Amino acid sequence: MKLNPYRKYFPIFVLPCLVAFLIAFIIPFIMGIFLSFTEFRTVSDAQFVGIENYIKAFADGSGFLESLWFTVKFAVISVITINVIAFFLALILTKSVPGTKLFRTIFFMPNLIGGIVLGYIWQVIINGVLLNFNYSITSNPTFGFWGLVILMNWQMIGYMMIIYIAGIQNISGDILEAAKVDGAGSLITLTKIIIPSVMPSITICLFLTITNSFKLFDQNLALTAGAPANRTQMVALNIYETFYSRNGYEGVGQAKAVMFFIIVAVIALAQLYFTRRKEVES
Amino acid sequence: MRQRLFNTVCFLILLVLAAVFIFPVFVVVINSLKLKFSITNAPFVLPNAETFSGVENYVTGIEKTGFLSALGWSLFITVLSVAVIIIFTSMTAWYIIRVKNTFTSLLYYAFVFSMIVPFQMVMFTMSKIANVLRFDNPLGLIFIYLGFGAGLSVFMFSGFIKTVPKTIEEAATIDGCNTLQVFWLVVFPVLKPTAITVAILNTMWIWNDYLLPYLVIGQDYKTVPIAVQYLKGGYGSVDMGAMMAMLVLSIIPVVVFYFLCQKYIIKGVASGAVKG
Repeated sequence: MKLNPYRKYFPIFVLPCLVAFLIAFIIPFIMGIFLSFTEFRTVSDAQFVGIENYIKAFADGSGFLESLWFTVKFAVISVITINVIAFFLALILTKSVPGTKLFRTIFFMPNLIGGIVLGYIWQVIINGVLLNFNYSITSNPTFGFWGLVILMNWQMIGYMMIIYIAGIQNISGDILEAAKVDGAGSLITLTKIIIPSVMPSITICLFLTITNSFKLFDQNLALTAGAPANRTQMVALNIYETFYSRNGYEGVGQAKAVMFFIIVAVIALAQLYFTRRKEVES
Repeated sequence: MRQRLFNTVCFLILLVLAAVFIFPVFVVVINSLKLKFSITNAPFVLPNAETFSGVENYVTGIEKTGFLSALGWSLFITVLSVAVIIIFTSMTAWYIIRVKNTFTSLLYYAFVFSMIVPFQMVMFTMSKIANVLRFDNPLGLIFIYLGFGAGLSVFMFSGFIKTVPKTIEEAATIDGCNTLQVFWLVVFPVLKPTAITVAILNTMWIWNDYLLPYLVIGQDYKTVPIAVQYLKGGYGSVDMGAMMAMLVLSIIPVVVFYFLCQKYIIKGVASGAVKG
């Protein structure tokens, strides 16, 4: 077999992208794993210390475990509320209700606003409401928690709604017609036909909401920055603070980052595995 | 009859929800026109003769943050990064699909893998490398964005290229096109819908990105999110008036972009998800 004639174009077609990918991602990723087992300030002075950083990550008094637990609670509640509300909005908006296009436009809009800006917008609103009771968002971690949940819902519902709408519109009219003829009620149609048919949309929406909830950073920084006393700090912010606010803890920060990566990867892959299996069944 | 009642109820629910969705933006807009004390004391009250501040908040905000130059840098970085990402990742994706060997499939999986890695995993080492290589400027940042955007973009382009028949490419080659011409004159026009989706998703990400540009170039070339966060500063209180004004100014370009490209954005999000 002769050589693929395209191969000599490698330097033009692949090299620029590959070099950027190596510099921005692959090399930092490998270095990151290596550095998590060392103590360092400037990278070049790294000293191997075994798994010491991984032990310190939980015992350095920075509240890593607490931030992890906070993130998990936040993710569970946000993922459920966002997907349920977005799905029902999609159901309504695919019916013959007037103004569907305008509503779709409005619900999607917050998604385009950046996390920092979103955080400050909601800080004003929530502080304005709490003002009536002489509180502010930083007076109690519960306020910060629900503030983040509301913010996340406001931001993500529109995006997920668009994906669910696309999924629902893909269901062939024949199947729905047949169900109607067979006398299936709305609830049966929903659980036996619509939900199984939009499983691919559910897979992707769950994936996007889970990973985005876990990785949340900008919104957390702008809304509460962890206040009061780091009790509304999510994992991403905890890692950031370990790197940049505490001298000599760079290795610990990197060890936390490695664990964070493993947690996100395991959860995301497990979710993809389980929901994809459901897709095959239906 | 029942159907009509149902539709009316749905419509009312949607109307209330739409109001809830617009309300926060509305509050920020009215507060940007008020004096500082009236923002923290009565954020939900419309400005009146006593509390109306005119454009004062806008003027101080723009001065304090250097907002206009931030807007310029955000535009520059976003537009060029997206262009660079589209040009190079589409070529890479095509090469990966057309030249099938161990190396290209390994490369493909590396790109896909990079999509689930949280930024915190690489942020420290990446910004150190960027520093050493003198990438701590807008052009260097664009190169970094190519590397970070490559995962999703290559993935989406290759998903589509798989469905493009080779025959048109072979025909063009027989007609005397070289490989670059084949790609740009024959293949790329077919990829246009995917290119628009990739462009939209990357624009939404890069325009709003805060941490990556902050770590790579810091305060020297502020982008819009960095300028907004800069108002909060190190210690002491925030100038809420200026903050409200800057929030409004950062939302305006987004809303303009949304209304200009709404059709593509909605389509892009929907089709981007199907391939994910």
